[in-house]
Amino acid sequence: MLIGVLREAQTGETRVAATPATVGQLLKLGYDVVVETGAGAASSFADEAYVEAGATIGDPFDADIVLGVNNPADQQLDQLRQNATLIGILNARLDEAVVADLTSRQITALSMDAVPRISRAQSLDVLSSMANIAGYRAVVEAAHVFGRFFTGQVTAAGKVPPATVLVAGAGVAGLAAIGAAGSLGAVVKATDPRPEVADQVKSLGGEYLAVEDPEAEVSATGYAKEMGDDYNARAADLYSKTVPDVDIIITTALIPGRPAPRLITAEMVASMKSGSVIVDMAAGSGGNVEGSVPGEAITTENGVTIIGYTDLAGRLPAQASQLYGTNLVNLLKLMTPEKDGRLVLDFDDVVQRSITVVRDGESTWPPPPVQVSAAPSAPAAAAEAPVKEEKKPASPLRTGAIVAVSALVMFVLIAISPDQLQLNLTVFALAVVIGYYVIGKVHHALHTPLMSVTNAISGIIVVGALETIGQGDGLITAVSFVAILLASINVFGGFAVTRRMLAMFSRS
Amino acid sequence: MNIESASYAAYIVAALLFILALAGLSKHESAKAGNYYGIGGMAIALIATVVLAIDRDIEGLGLGLLVAAVILGALIGLQLARTVEMTGMPELIALLHSFVGLAAVLVGWNGYLHIEAHPHSFDARVLEHADLLGIHSAEVFIGVFIGAVTFTGSIVANLKLSAKMKSAPLVLPGKNLINLGALVLFAALTVWFVIDPQLWLLIVVTIVALALGWHLVASIGGGDMPVVVSMLNSYSGWAAAASGFLLNNNLLIIVGALVGSSGAYLSYIMCTAMNRSFISVIAGGFGIEAGPTEATDYGEHRETNAEDVADLLSHATSVIITPGYGMAVAQAQYGVAQLTSKLRDKGVDVRFGIHPVAGRLPGHMNVLLAEAKVPYDIVLELDEINDDFADTTVVLVIGANDTVNPAAAEDPSSPIAGMPVLSVWEAENVIVFKRSMASGYAGVQNPLFFRDNSQMLFGDAKDRVEDILRAL
Repeated sequence: MLIGVLREAQTGETRVAATPATVGQLLKLGYDVVVETGAGAASSFADEAYVEAGATIGDPFDADIVLGVNNPADQQLDQLRQNATLIGILNARLDEAVVADLTSRQITALSMDAVPRISRAQSLDVLSSMANIAGYRAVVEAAHVFGRFFTGQVTAAGKVPPATVLVAGAGVAGLAAIGAAGSLGAVVKATDPRPEVADQVKSLGGEYLAVEDPEAEVSATGYAKEMGDDYNARAADLYSKTVPDVDIIITTALIPGRPAPRLITAEMVASMKSGSVIVDMAAGSGGNVEGSVPGEAITTENGVTIIGYTDLAGRLPAQASQLYGTNLVNLLKLMTPEKDGRLVLDFDDVVQRSITVVRDGESTWPPPPVQVSAAPSAPAAAAEAPVKEEKKPASPLRTGAIVAVSALVMFVLIAISPDQLQLNLTVFALAVVIGYYVIGKVHHALHTPLMSVTNAISGIIVVGALETIGQGDGLITAVSFVAILLASINVFGGFAVTRRMLAMFSRS
Repeated sequence: MNIESASYAAYIVAALLFILALAGLSKHESAKAGNYYGIGGMAIALIATVVLAIDRDIEGLGLGLLVAAVILGALIGLQLARTVEMTGMPELIALLHSFVGLAAVLVGWNGYLHIEAHPHSFDARVLEHADLLGIHSAEVFIGVFIGAVTFTGSIVANLKLSAKMKSAPLVLPGKNLINLGALVLFAALTVWFVIDPQLWLLIVVTIVALALGWHLVASIGGGDMPVVVSMLNSYSGWAAAASGFLLNNNLLIIVGALVGSSGAYLSYIMCTAMNRSFISVIAGGFGIEAGPTEATDYGEHRETNAEDVADLLSHATSVIITPGYGMAVAQAQYGVAQLTSKLRDKGVDVRFGIHPVAGRLPGHMNVLLAEAKVPYDIVLELDEINDDFADTTVVLVIGANDTVNPAAAEDPSSPIAGMPVLSVWEAENVIVFKRSMASGYAGVQNPLFFRDNSQMLFGDAKDRVEDILRAL
């Protein structure tokens, strides 16, 4: 089948749905690729580079599968072939008009922004890949406007304090921002209603500011949800205390399908120092910051710059195109099971089902909800077959019970034993534990030598036979003789063979 | 200080040296030292025991027999160690386990002959006086039981590994009942023996245990042998520990418990690697569920030849070799090592991916590759290499089958579903060295052979590798 790559019609869009590198991967899946002339120009990919990668330059509307970044313009949609498949960030979740328009056409439309947040689909999660870029770029934009260093320095010309950055919302974008700001040397603080992200924040070198809250809970969809009034009041309290001391604020709070929550009020902005910078990454969907203007950078009366760019990812066009292109390749890999260049839409697969807006002219929107924080669902092929229950790690309660029972058994056993046996059992129990721990970290390659050494060592049973040989009873002596013979073979053979094996292991 | 207390001290020192030996064996750097610690510990223990025996007025004949037995045993053992082929290592280790088992049986019988058979002897009276006679009888019984199970189990493992016995699992009707029944019988007989130590009871329990050991291992398929060998290793340790209780010898108890628990843990690691339940391994016959499945039509496989493979390899940037038991059987490790060094000289990144249960012994492949002088830092295990297959130009699957079966990951109805496998199919090209299209030990067909990126290279692995070397 033929894949067409669109030149984006939307003004200001710098990304492209395929790069020369991803074209190569598409060809490997058995597809032919045609790229609209100038499609990659804004991302610094020349037409020649596509040709070199194996694509042709031509009319993408001839293709069976059309790849775009944004919703195509109406006249582009009109040019699509009957039964063509359109793949792009169609924004179906937020824009009902788009869904209605797409449904009126005899096409199949897949919306990349609807990929469910499950582990298996991570490689095609375009929201994540774009948010990552946007978070990084938000820090760069802020640094560009901010009149100071991010990092603290002691110089001959005086001491420079480090900038303090507050990141609101530790999702993908927030974490990327924390990482980028931290690596520039700033002191980074972060807030998020989901307490489970605290460790992720710390892992990137940020400080997690918790909102004390009883209703905070693990999110079932992988996204933050709208919080209650009580929580919001407490969060506002936290912000108003923190905001006056920070130099940079980056807000990333988005709730899918809802206007962005208002985190930073006009009073808080007014409380900031002159020269401070706020990047409102949610400006396009209502804004986290009171007074932010989508697509623009404005300066308030007290000298705080509020940046409301909505195209942060697009400001790193080559990177964004590469990651988006790879997301698309991964989707096509999933949908081309035979690698023969034939697209198969499998509705039993929860990922493919979730992103399908229109199938062959029929609306399939909205898709059934996908629970993501629960156990991962079985792969598509397995849907019908009985799925083995996942082995759960032993619960603390169960482990505790096992320990208690074993302790009790040991206790009774030793308590009722005569003195002699008591001592023996003590030694036995301790040696069992030592054996377990000594072996705990054995290198896999050494299993065989280890086994032959333990084998040699268990030849220690020879001691038992040595003790009884020649003590006056002919039968016992004869039996002992055989036992000593066997155990000696074991001891000498075991050690010798281990030595031989170990001598062979060598490093290059 | 007298001889008794000195020998006691020597035993403790020996036990500590054995612990050091096991600890040393868990890392490459310290492995050789570990082996020497073990030898040192054993030497100290033996000398201490012999001195003790002489101190107890051992008969001249007894001493002579003792020395003769040790020397004879040493000669046989060293000869075995020197001549064994590295591919035959599993058989040898299983055989050695059986010796420990038999020795434990004999020590147990000796305990009976010494005490219970002569209820009026001095030692027996001492025990009776201390109220320990019943415990002694129980110890005799337990020691003989574990020893006998280890003995026949190891013999069967040895026969299966050396292909003198069919490796397919034996399926007797009600096999779990047989195992359970044997255990219940053992418990009942133990109680009886403690109350009334009769010779015929000891004979019966020995026979029951021998039969149980035989049945346990006979019901396990050849593909699960690595776990079996490691499990028998553990059993042999428990047998030694039981003898230690019998003889009231702490050294035996410590060493037995060390070997027993470390062996059990090793088996547990391997069970996890094969996604099998540990309990069902101990119970025996866990290879059963891996019966052949219905034939599914996977399509056609493609055949290739040595020249094409050589061409592919010389243009590759990254090659991963995943060997299996087939490499051991064909003795192909030297050719593979040569191929590795040749490709590395050409600047190709060659690595090995070893599945935890490849071969018939834990770590079997590592030993073979080390024998052929493959540097161990390019030999990686499952977790270390599994993510790298996607960026690999060529994967050579040499004599491996079940450990690279995509069905384990993708087909939940497969008998090996859920077993972690090397995901070789993600690589650009997969070359499978195989004798024929027969299925692996688990009896499961391998869809890998029918994938578009897979090609089959039929024939003896050693010959084929040499063909490739010539073509290079």
